[in-house]
Amino acid sequence: MLADKDRIFTNLYGLHDPFLSGARARGDWDNTKALLERGRDAIIQEMKDSGLRGRGGAGFPTGLKWSFMPKQSDRPCYLVVNADESEPGTCKDRDIIRHDPHKLIEGCLVAGFAMGACAAFIYIRGEFYNESRVLQAAIDEAYEAGLIGRNACGSGYDFDVVLHRGAGAYICGEETALIESLEGKKGMPRMKPPFPAGVGLYGCPSTVNNVESIAVSPTILRRGAAWFTSLGRQNNTGQKVFCISGHVNKPCNVEEELGIPLKELIEKYAGGVRGGWDNLLAVIPGGSSVPLIPKSVCDEVLMDFDSLRAVRSGLGTAAVIVMDKSTDLIKAIARLSKFYMHESCGQCTPCREGTGWMWRVMTRMVEGRAEPSEIDTLEQVTRQVEGHTICALGDAAAWPIQGLIRHFRPVMEERIAAYKARGTAQPRLAAE
Amino acid sequence: MDVVTNVGERGEPFEQPASFAFDAESEAELAKIIAKYPVGRQASAVIPALYVVQRQMKRQTGSAWVPVKGMDAVAAKLGMAPIRVYEVCTFYFMFNTKPVGKYHLQVCTTTPCWLRGSDEVTEACRKETGIQGWGETSADGMFTMTEVECLGACVNAPILQVDDDFYEDMDAQKVQDLLAALRRGERPKPGSMAGRQASAPAGGPTTLTTLRFAPEK
Repeated sequence: MLADKDRIFTNLYGLHDPFLSGARARGDWDNTKALLERGRDAIIQEMKDSGLRGRGGAGFPTGLKWSFMPKQSDRPCYLVVNADESEPGTCKDRDIIRHDPHKLIEGCLVAGFAMGACAAFIYIRGEFYNESRVLQAAIDEAYEAGLIGRNACGSGYDFDVVLHRGAGAYICGEETALIESLEGKKGMPRMKPPFPAGVGLYGCPSTVNNVESIAVSPTILRRGAAWFTSLGRQNNTGQKVFCISGHVNKPCNVEEELGIPLKELIEKYAGGVRGGWDNLLAVIPGGSSVPLIPKSVCDEVLMDFDSLRAVRSGLGTAAVIVMDKSTDLIKAIARLSKFYMHESCGQCTPCREGTGWMWRVMTRMVEGRAEPSEIDTLEQVTRQVEGHTICALGDAAAWPIQGLIRHFRPVMEERIAAYKARGTAQPRLAAE
Repeated sequence: MDVVTNVGERGEPFEQPASFAFDAESEAELAKIIAKYPVGRQASAVIPALYVVQRQMKRQTGSAWVPVKGMDAVAAKLGMAPIRVYEVCTFYFMFNTKPVGKYHLQVCTTTPCWLRGSDEVTEACRKETGIQGWGETSADGMFTMTEVECLGACVNAPILQVDDDFYEDMDAQKVQDLLAALRRGERPKPGSMAGRQASAPAGGPTTLTTLRFAPEK
């Protein structure tokens, strides 16, 4: 169990002052100048040594990502912070923004300096209006105190932080869609390559990082890579904010070490599964995009990137959605299909058409108004969408359905049989 | 100029205003917003500028929405082709392209909220407002009810967003109380309606209990 002294987000629940005096009392902005004086290469090396993997879902090594930025550039370079937190189940960045905004702002300076950026653009989802006001107030006081802006922290380095609100589009959490949106366009993902580190915001070298990845970086630099790697497991180092929602007695956010057993996470922090552990049906362990895992897997699995990957799911954003035995799982997944249909930007045909098709078939599966063979057809269609789109939204729409079929096919078959037994009209075919 | 009439959710007509001009408050906001972006990149201000239009409409008409003339005003302000603003305004879900009620009830029904009772919240909203379908406005013009996707506050599900405020840990009774308060012209403090401390577990934090910080200056 992570000790309080090793927690990074010491104001996770907002019990203390989120603003500058409170943040300083918690250790933020403590001689940031000295951190910067270590130099770009040393900062990036320390981040690489820490093993930090991106906290936005994909788990790409953060230090390595920073190192892709050009050492010399005749164009401005930008850090873009992804605060478009919209993955169903996920609400960790919200707490960082509203309760520990200075960790994020200081992280912007440190990360931006390390990658030679002249500014950070923080793209926050539009619905986080109240959160954006807190963050803007924190940015304003950081400017006022000389921590950012010209000669940030007395380092001689000029660095701006700009807060930008989105307006309700999940797809803008995809890094290139976010950049498009920030440029004033529809949030439609770009083809890669070129990658943002070469051609990003305004055509300039850019790096897009999740809020949590940026916000932990000053603490990692202060306490050292060795401290960070002492937490978690090999290749899955450090701590993480977990969001535990759904059918638990006490839903909550909590910061814990990577690699904590899922069962321990739920029982120790979220008051256990409603009706007890044996009443558990399934868990979506990393936000809506990752395949669900049934109770038999939940009994033993560890919450980290590699452990969850080994059971054909993923850590994603570490948003744990718990479903007890009262859950209509087909309906729960069908609702996610509706979500992806709603949020598809419409650019790629497999996703635009596929998400709607999958939702319509899933809606019939909820009723059982289908043929058993259509389960295979549905599975095949998810494979047609997966990997055939510019961005990962198509994959994200496919995986929850694949997880459902993989683990709960008999439930779908029973539903179909029950519908047939009621002797209602012939189902329409999947080709609708 | 001719008045343009469009149709809303149930085919009911609504008028597009014949003109739109930024007022002094909006102009001041816009100047600050545009200055945030690099020179020549003022198109980046399109989303914030559309919010400015929506807020001004709220001030002037009591309904937060973006008429076509408002989009045109943004295009002129930012030096963009009007179509580029139209496509942004219609792409992003938070811009209302037709009038809404005084209070915009946005019910999250995505799976994490659904697991915690968003059906109950939806039903209570319907019962209290008399609204039948999504996107409709109550007969008294007080409420518009919209189904929204995940609001990103899932450990406090279910969520009812009223305008820009999240009301969390909702149930039917809390919806009834909240809407009654809104009708009285009150604005209850947003956040957990079950009295929880933000995203901490019910009953209070079980972590971060042993830390003592230096005195806050």
